Amino acid sequence: MESRLRSILLRTVLLIIVVGALPGCASKLTTDSGDDAESSVIEPEVSRRQIEPPKINTNDFEIGAYAGLMSVEDFGSNAVYGASLAYHMSEHFFFQGNYGQTDTSETSFEVLSGGAQLLTDDQRQLSYYDLLIGYNLLPGEAFVGSSRSFNSAMYMVAGVGNTDFADDKFFTLVFGAGYRMLLWDYLAVNFDVRDHMFDSDLLGTDKTTHNIEFKVGMTFFF
Amino acid sequence: MKNLTAMLLLILLCASAAAYGKDRFYKVVVQDAYIEMHTGPGGGYPVFHVVDRGELLEVHKRHTDWFKVKTQKGISGWVGAEQLARTLEPDGSPTIIKRPSRDDFLARRWEAGVQLGDFDGANVISTYVAYQFTENISTELWGSHLSGDFSDGWMLNANIVHQPFPAWRISPFFTLGTGVLHIQPKATLVQVEDRTDQEAHAGFGVRAHLGRRFMLRAEYKSYVVFTSRDENEEVDEWKAGFAVFF
Repeated sequence: MESRLRSILLRTVLLIIVVGALPGCASKLTTDSGDDAESSVIEPEVSRRQIEPPKINTNDFEIGAYAGLMSVEDFGSNAVYGASLAYHMSEHFFFQGNYGQTDTSETSFEVLSGGAQLLTDDQRQLSYYDLLIGYNLLPGEAFVGSSRSFNSAMYMVAGVGNTDFADDKFFTLVFGAGYRMLLWDYLAVNFDVRDHMFDSDLLGTDKTTHNIEFKVGMTFFF
Repeated sequence: MKNLTAMLLLILLCASAAAYGKDRFYKVVVQDAYIEMHTGPGGGYPVFHVVDRGELLEVHKRHTDWFKVKTQKGISGWVGAEQLARTLEPDGSPTIIKRPSRDDFLARRWEAGVQLGDFDGANVISTYVAYQFTENISTELWGSHLSGDFSDGWMLNANIVHQPFPAWRISPFFTLGTGVLHIQPKATLVQVEDRTDQEAHAGFGVRAHLGRRFMLRAEYKSYVVFTSRDENEEVDEWKAGFAVFF
């Protein structure tokens, strides 16, 4: 008799525990309706679902470094290197900021004249920054071998910036086109050609200079 | 006693299911007749696979409005937000895909942008970050680079913005602030000293939500520069640009 009573008691306790643990079993949704059984027969409050947006990794930012060649009008073509940061706003548009540096060489005049120097070594260093809007023009795939393909896109960029050269600063317009190939979803190789245009009077007369930059970069999406 | 052990085990299982029920990836079930998988995150990339109704997808990552998903057979591809929004979670509740809407725009907290314009004849490039306290009041930090024919410079500003009608499609705002202006005459000119002065400014402008996280913004500011000379300088600035919100 005693053991039977104990068994019934035990089962009741277990039932209570199981019922208590059930919500965890049933779903991850929680309810917060007030249990006010005395106030009304019909419970008007609808249990509210707590919405938790799922955590999905986004990689809309792109950071990278590049190196290449930059031709500075009258001052030769030299190695350029820099860094870039981009934010991809949609599948079509992105914003990009760049900072780069190059050491320019002597003008033809300086070379031919023998010893004349227009600029000091410090002044020969050119640095620029720019803020651009980009448009992904031709999305596609690049096929390497018979079993490998990489996503790619052609894009165009346009924007404004500033060039610091010969102790002077020049408001600069930048136009260009590029090709991006994604090795993985988070790593890309970029090939870019850009024209940095600014008005300069360094050689006596005012003129618009076109400074073409060709560069190869690696970028990381995060 | 066997019953007891079995029940205890069940309870433990349930408790652990509740605690560790979150899988590594968000899972959805296809509800449309089929869903299209593209090779890349964009409508221009070709469709290479379709997933039938009832199949389970793991959502691995997101790039702009495109989601990289993996089927149970292990096929990976990209699905657009519009199609993914029409799936259901495995328990039948609607899929939650966060897409910046007009409501998100109105409830935004952070805003960052780039502007281009004219500062008393000089070109000005500005970037700013704004934090919105309420729908009407926000505060901003600005950094500007000036480049003119005769001088260059930079400017740092902090200001408060009041937006009386935040819900208007093209919404006006008023701004008040102060900062520092640094002017450096061009090297080719005769020796003139650099100068750094404090300034205060007031202005107005408009902001328009273009869709998604994107907005257009244009404004006018009138500056009073507190120079060390006898007279203060007054400068007008006009600029316009793009901004995104978070």
